[in-house]
Amino acid sequence: MVNFLDLIWLIPLFPLAGAIAMLLIGWKLDPQASSEVAVAPGVASHSHSSGAHHHAHASPLRMLVSLLCPGMVLLSFIFSAGAVAQLAQKAERVHEVVQFTWLAGLPFHTAAGSLARFTADWGFLLDPLSSVMILVVTGVGFLIHVYSIGYMGHEGGYYRFFGYLNLFVFFMLMLVLANNYALLFVGWEGVGLCSYLLIGFYFHKKSAADAGKKAFVVNRVGDAGFLIGIFLVFALFGSVRFLEVNQALAGFHAETAGFGVLSATALLLFVGATGKSAQIPLYTWLPDAMEGPTPVSALIHAATMVTAGVYMVARSSALFQLTPATSVVVAFIGAFTAIWAASIALVQNDIKRVLAYSTVSQLGYMFLALGVGAYWVAIFHLFTHAFFKALLFLGSGSVIHAMGGEQDMRCMGGLKDRIPVTYRTMLIGAIAIAGIPGLAGFFSKDEILWQAYSSPSGSKLLYLIGLTTAAMTAFYMWRLMSLTFFGRSRVKPEVEARIHESPAVMTAPLVVLAAGSILAGWIGTPKLWNLPEGFRLFESWLEPLFSGAAAHSAEAAHHDAALEWLLMGLSVALAVGGILLARRFYLVRTELPERLAERFRPLYNTLANKWYVDEIYDFLFVNGFGKAGGRAAGRFDLKVIDGGVNGTGWMTRFSSTLSIWWDTWIIDGAVRLSSFTVRMLSFPARMVQTGRVQAYALVMVAGVLLFFGYYVMR
Amino acid sequence: MDRHLLSIVLFAPLAGLLVLLLIPSSNRTLIRVWANVAAFAGFLVSLPLVFRFDKSAAGFQFVESMDWIPSLGVKYAIGIDGISLLLVMLTTVVGFLAILSSWSAIDTHVKEYYAMFLLQQTGIIGVFVALDFFLFYVFWEVVLVPMYFIIGVWGGPRKLYAAIKFFLYTVAGSVLMLLGILTLYFQHYQQFGFYTFEIAELMKLNLPLGLERWVFWAFFIGFAIKVPMFPFHTWLPDAHVEAPTAGSVILASILLKMGTYGFIRFSLPLLPKASIDQTIVGVLAALSIVAIIYGAMVSLMQQDWKKLVAYSSVSHLGFCTLGIFALNPNGIAGSVIQQINHGISTGMLFLIIGIVYERRHTREIAEYGGLGHVMPRYATVFAIAMLSSAGLPLLNGFIGEFTILQGAFEANRAWAGFAVVGVVLGAAYLLWLYQRTILGQVTNAKNLHLPDLNLREMAVFLPLIAWAIWIGVYPKPYFDVLEKPVQQIVERVRPGYYQAGTANARAAAPHSPSAALEGGSR
Repeated sequence: MVNFLDLIWLIPLFPLAGAIAMLLIGWKLDPQASSEVAVAPGVASHSHSSGAHHHAHASPLRMLVSLLCPGMVLLSFIFSAGAVAQLAQKAERVHEVVQFTWLAGLPFHTAAGSLARFTADWGFLLDPLSSVMILVVTGVGFLIHVYSIGYMGHEGGYYRFFGYLNLFVFFMLMLVLANNYALLFVGWEGVGLCSYLLIGFYFHKKSAADAGKKAFVVNRVGDAGFLIGIFLVFALFGSVRFLEVNQALAGFHAETAGFGVLSATALLLFVGATGKSAQIPLYTWLPDAMEGPTPVSALIHAATMVTAGVYMVARSSALFQLTPATSVVVAFIGAFTAIWAASIALVQNDIKRVLAYSTVSQLGYMFLALGVGAYWVAIFHLFTHAFFKALLFLGSGSVIHAMGGEQDMRCMGGLKDRIPVTYRTMLIGAIAIAGIPGLAGFFSKDEILWQAYSSPSGSKLLYLIGLTTAAMTAFYMWRLMSLTFFGRSRVKPEVEARIHESPAVMTAPLVVLAAGSILAGWIGTPKLWNLPEGFRLFESWLEPLFSGAAAHSAEAAHHDAALEWLLMGLSVALAVGGILLARRFYLVRTELPERLAERFRPLYNTLANKWYVDEIYDFLFVNGFGKAGGRAAGRFDLKVIDGGVNGTGWMTRFSSTLSIWWDTWIIDGAVRLSSFTVRMLSFPARMVQTGRVQAYALVMVAGVLLFFGYYVMR
Repeated sequence: MDRHLLSIVLFAPLAGLLVLLLIPSSNRTLIRVWANVAAFAGFLVSLPLVFRFDKSAAGFQFVESMDWIPSLGVKYAIGIDGISLLLVMLTTVVGFLAILSSWSAIDTHVKEYYAMFLLQQTGIIGVFVALDFFLFYVFWEVVLVPMYFIIGVWGGPRKLYAAIKFFLYTVAGSVLMLLGILTLYFQHYQQFGFYTFEIAELMKLNLPLGLERWVFWAFFIGFAIKVPMFPFHTWLPDAHVEAPTAGSVILASILLKMGTYGFIRFSLPLLPKASIDQTIVGVLAALSIVAIIYGAMVSLMQQDWKKLVAYSSVSHLGFCTLGIFALNPNGIAGSVIQQINHGISTGMLFLIIGIVYERRHTREIAEYGGLGHVMPRYATVFAIAMLSSAGLPLLNGFIGEFTILQGAFEANRAWAGFAVVGVVLGAAYLLWLYQRTILGQVTNAKNLHLPDLNLREMAVFLPLIAWAIWIGVYPKPYFDVLEKPVQQIVERVRPGYYQAGTANARAAAPHSPSAALEGGSR
């Protein structure tokens, strides 16, 4: 029997090996990729051979890529499953494997004034929380890798794509398996890098390159807060190991009175989470990230990476439990993001953008749960969401694939018989996310709503926001389904003929995910239903980890059962209502949305323009602080600072010019003046001193004559 | 042999230079081959330093000392500790790679060109190993001359302006530094009755705080211009823009570190009272933070590729000086590691510019675009260099920045709060540069057939990439080597730092959090 528990360090390394293989020999396996040059219109190219990319399938070695990269993720999944199974056998469900000291820094003073060392392990921690995460990452990750074999089959840079995807899985696994904040941050930044690379995969498109850069920079803003948070953790606890931090936290009291240093730490960590998990105010990058290939949207921007913030907050639950002030912020940011993003999703026409805003909204739900202390519920929703949102994204990818790249739902319609497998699986996904009982989304979302209402830190307001969002979710999902699959076709004639169902390699993952979207919720059924213990597996698996939080939910169970049934009924009724309304709008009376939009034009425009947040951010930060500030700083540097330097140089030269003038005209002038004076004064004498003997003789003769004459005349 | 190992490392390039002078100028190939051989030999002889270095020993190693000018008390005293070891290795590695990168870039005065580089190598190593202040000063000035000629002879259109600016600016600074040195020299005579320039001797001085402050500012001018710290940085963009590629590489990777090294080796240990003076630390930290943010802001809007990287150096060096004046172990160790990192990543960035400059003879960013399609290997190398410079974890830059920020955070939480802005901006200007040059479509027909990196060019980059990954994944050897020297410096400046509290943080944890908050700011 392999001891998988001690081999958890291998789990991230498999996909890393795949990524390195692609980097080193990928271009040999898939030689076509680099010869395809994207040239801007108008730029002459004599060697441009239009047939180049038809050789895409020529290389049999390409199969190796298709086998190797998904295979590596499958290996990770097998090792993960083995490790989790063995963890379940252990009495204490924690297993730590430390490989070496990665960050081996020097001593520092903690906030309390004692000496500690600035170190972080290359170490891994498997506990119930990371178990869920590695299974989601490798499981859903594997399915999406398989799907990509089909989806990316026609694309150039096939090996590059899989290399990036493998690299992503590596970093994501580092993130969820790390046993300390610093190593978590490694994965955190790494997935951000892969997100950047994959969003910008079609890098010849400016919009894609822009979106990638935006994602990275916006994330960095959150990361800056996260970094400071990590330093505070170092300063307060002298260590960043989760187990040690949690142990140290036991010695602290909850900051019920106000906003202390623990609350600040928690808030800074949460700032990091808002970046990665696309929460207000840092959510704007995620919808743009849809520029990347659709499997990327499914894996990174729906199922895994964007949930990293949720994971990190849950990982820090011991801290957040002590900081009610910050937890309230988390809950309200989550709730507000949920309804905010849902409102935008109501009017988007791009199928992927609807799903993107839906993701932001669902992540908001998770933070709402975290904020009210229902940590396991947040992870539960993360878990179910991974299934149905990956399904919906991959389904939308299949639709786009069938439509030859079309993403605008106004040019779709009536596709349900043309691509039946895609339709049926997406239908399951839509029902699941809408919150119809029996499917995954219902269980997790309803638990969140119940916790938002009943938890000691919950409130009616939070509940109402969540409930409204639930209705909106059902509405926009059914709008999406109606516009895409139902009604009459609005497909352009030239596209119509080429519509085809995707190959099995793409539909098989859809089917598996659809099954998951139905079944995944059944391990977290409400207490109210009184099903056998196995149906509440999720809570009992995670409960010990968040023991403080679980106490809340146990307490909550003592609430009025009738009330809970009522609320459950209410949310289901609203979900059905949302679906029916969307049906009416987009299938029965299709002129209604148009008329409503006309009637509430300003509101409609505001929503369609995403509340103009991108414009405001562009104005303030990109154009204001960034570009104008950069230009101003540049001018200041050139004119003032370098001007000062050059001025000094100029002054030196000027003063030396002055000196020369002074020297020539005053100092030397005085010298020359004195010589001139002497010369002038000596002029008469010089006139006489001619040096000519004849002249002397003449003067002498004249003098003699004068004397002579004088005496003679007298 | 072993007793003179350090002297051999120091003078190996000079020996190479002497042989080079015997080769006739007309035989360019032989000159190139020999210069590369000599530079590589310079690296090889420096390798034993790594293997024989005893990281557990405090104090200097490989020490050699003898009288040089006895009448003035000048000694030829050299030796290294962990800090100098890393910088010497950086010099021999990057120096060789810079020379290797010049193979096809230089056509005129080839012999003189390589002669200048070899002379410069000796000068720089001398700066990092000198234990006698006079000797240090001699090497410090020796370095100026070759760089002046490298910029002035093989530079771009405004080379004379840049070269003269570089020379005068630095000389002005070093003259003030000389005044500081002489002050210490005469003070030592007053207190101890004999003249010496030896660092170890000068450390015994006990100066009044007022005088220490004056000397500190004199040193500061010399070192700050070299780093360069804001606002003494404007010679740097001009020098970089005009210098040939290899000149820029040496300038950014190594020469700037002479300034930061000066702070660590001289300002802190020789002037410990001034170094913890509230005003001085405040000014230095403020200037560093301004450099970090301001350098990044100016980088953001540059149209000239080389200028952009030059200003990014100002920003990165701001981190280095901030770390030094955090005056704690992680700040200083992080600073030294970041100096190495900056040498690696900015060296790469300048080499990257050099590659396309050699092919296209322009540094205008707007002239490029879509190079990723034409030069995929180049794009990959550039991506790694960019990410290393932007501080992505598992590459070198992160270790340096993270450690410096920790040190800054420990010293004053606001410093770290401001400095992280530089981390965000760093990503912004680098990614934008990458987008404008590598991504997008090929917008300029001249770029359509640029050849990708050849074998020699790859050979220049691969060692640097490997080094970047090594520091990023396993930085422990670097911290190990730095542990002792950094401890000595910190204990010199802040006696009792290492005695504080218990080593076990957990025991101290259950304090009231608000008290903990106040305890954090020094």
